[in-house]
Amino acid sequence: MEYLDFEKPIEELEAQLAKAQDLEKETETDMSKSVKELQERLESTKKDIYKKLSPWQKVQLSRHPQRPYTLAYIEAMTEGNFLELHGDRGVKDDKAMVGGWGMLNGEPVMFIGQQKGINTKMRQYRNFGMPNPEGYRKALRLMKMAEKFNRPVVSLIDTPGAFPGLEAEERGQGEAIARNIYEMSVLKVPIICVVIGEGASGGALGIGVGDRVLMLENTWYSVISPESCSSILWRSWDYKEQAADALKLTAPDMLKNKLIDGIIKEPLGGAHQKPQEMFEILKKELLKEITELKGKTIDKLIEKRLAKFAKMGAYK
Amino acid sequence: MGWFTRNKEGITTSTKDKKETPEGLWYKCKKCKVIVSVEDHGKNVWVCHNCGHHERINAREYFQLLFDEGKHTELNAKLSSGDPLKFEDTKKYTDRYQASVKKTGLNEAVSTAYGKLNNQDVVIGCMNFNFIGGSMGSVVGEKIARAIDHSLKYHKPFIMISKSGGARMMEAAFSLMQMAKTSSKLAQLGQKGIPYVSVLTDPTTGGVTASFAMLGDINIAEPGALIGFAGPRVVKETIGKDLPEGFQTSEFLLEHGFLDFISHRKDLKAKIGLFLTMTHSQPATEKSTKKK
Repeated sequence: MEYLDFEKPIEELEAQLAKAQDLEKETETDMSKSVKELQERLESTKKDIYKKLSPWQKVQLSRHPQRPYTLAYIEAMTEGNFLELHGDRGVKDDKAMVGGWGMLNGEPVMFIGQQKGINTKMRQYRNFGMPNPEGYRKALRLMKMAEKFNRPVVSLIDTPGAFPGLEAEERGQGEAIARNIYEMSVLKVPIICVVIGEGASGGALGIGVGDRVLMLENTWYSVISPESCSSILWRSWDYKEQAADALKLTAPDMLKNKLIDGIIKEPLGGAHQKPQEMFEILKKELLKEITELKGKTIDKLIEKRLAKFAKMGAYK
Repeated sequence: MGWFTRNKEGITTSTKDKKETPEGLWYKCKKCKVIVSVEDHGKNVWVCHNCGHHERINAREYFQLLFDEGKHTELNAKLSSGDPLKFEDTKKYTDRYQASVKKTGLNEAVSTAYGKLNNQDVVIGCMNFNFIGGSMGSVVGEKIARAIDHSLKYHKPFIMISKSGGARMMEAAFSLMQMAKTSSKLAQLGQKGIPYVSVLTDPTTGGVTASFAMLGDINIAEPGALIGFAGPRVVKETIGKDLPEGFQTSEFLLEHGFLDFISHRKDLKAKIGLFLTMTHSQPATEKSTKKK
């Protein structure tokens, strides 16, 4: 497990604990007392650290290299009953945006989401989870298919932003995102969006309009990353912590400002600590939401979806 | 040794003897540096008579240009920001906001109004770039949404003139969600079959490009405008080389299929009017039997 800077006390205690346990085995002496003591200290240290995470620390957790990504969630939640679909039917298949049919406890669902890579090679292959316009158009194609066959859409959001490249501009990154927002706001099937990692700006919102917009506990969602915000407003990269505070980008802040509908708890220390547990939690949550949303007529659902986004804002 | 030597050192005219050109009489083109009188410049719809450069103008000028005899009724003029996040970087957002109100004499980065264009009822929204870079915060989103509501209620076509650096960072996720708010209102307009014309002017980037600016039934741009999602500097940093000439200009977007046409500012009204006649005027057969 990789440790973040603020997790150093945990790393030290875990090392000590491992040492004590090794020593116990080697020397066959009874160390159970000190082992127990260490375990207790470890637990309370973990609780202390993870309970009062700063916004910036949550941003770090959301980007933890071992954090599970979209396909891992889909594979686990559907128990392998997943039919991945490719291509936007125009330009190419965007590897940073994945999607397809998945069976969630007998419930057919259209999954879409940004995909990050699990190692250096795959990160490049997945373009670091930054979709090009064809990625958004692929997602829209799949959502339209879900609409055609009257199945709910589950969108898993995890992106540092839409790709700001030359070809992306040529192929209309702005138009692709705008079109998705437009279409999603009136799509005639239930849509559930979950931020599972990073929710950066238009790149996230491009698959982020839904009847339920939820965030995992240690994720962030805002108009810009704290680093870029720091570089623009403070004219230096060094104010990322302040920027993370100022942007109010954590799940509790977003809920308080009525910009999302709910928060999903993660295992202590983040989703990567106990991925299986995380998959189970999300699956349960999704099934609950789907059952609830399916009980409403689609006209009512769209009316409420539109009204929700129409209310967002603060003005005098 | 130089060929010429100064007889007297430095500039000797004292500040009080300098001949000041009275402000606001002359306009110097930012592109070709040719000077014309402000009056002539205005008559030429704020387009340089020499090089055709379209100067950035605000809602007031566009309203004068597009509404018949300039007559219009402004909507929600008094709406102002609530500073939802108590945002503070090197300055407080509320201070920046007040400074901008004072400096520009405007209330926000967008103005919306209704009136007639070539004798057809329309609603027009227009952004003011000099108000915090024409950035979109809660007020911009809300004013546009309410303008579209007016369009929906009275079945009037909606015209949006974009000129913005994108989302307003100081309102963070609130500003992001204005993209969803405005686009979802346009989706409702679309469902009712009411025309929406998007006019993209210099510059239109970021969250505005990724929402209402790209969603017109027709997208029109003024010549030579900068239009894109990511700013040119960001794209340059991403690809690590110089950008091709003309990248992210109106002409580039037309070539790549994202604009219907480019229009000189002086022809804008006639072209929008023609489009509305084609799409929204009473047809010979009764339309109301088909559409609600």
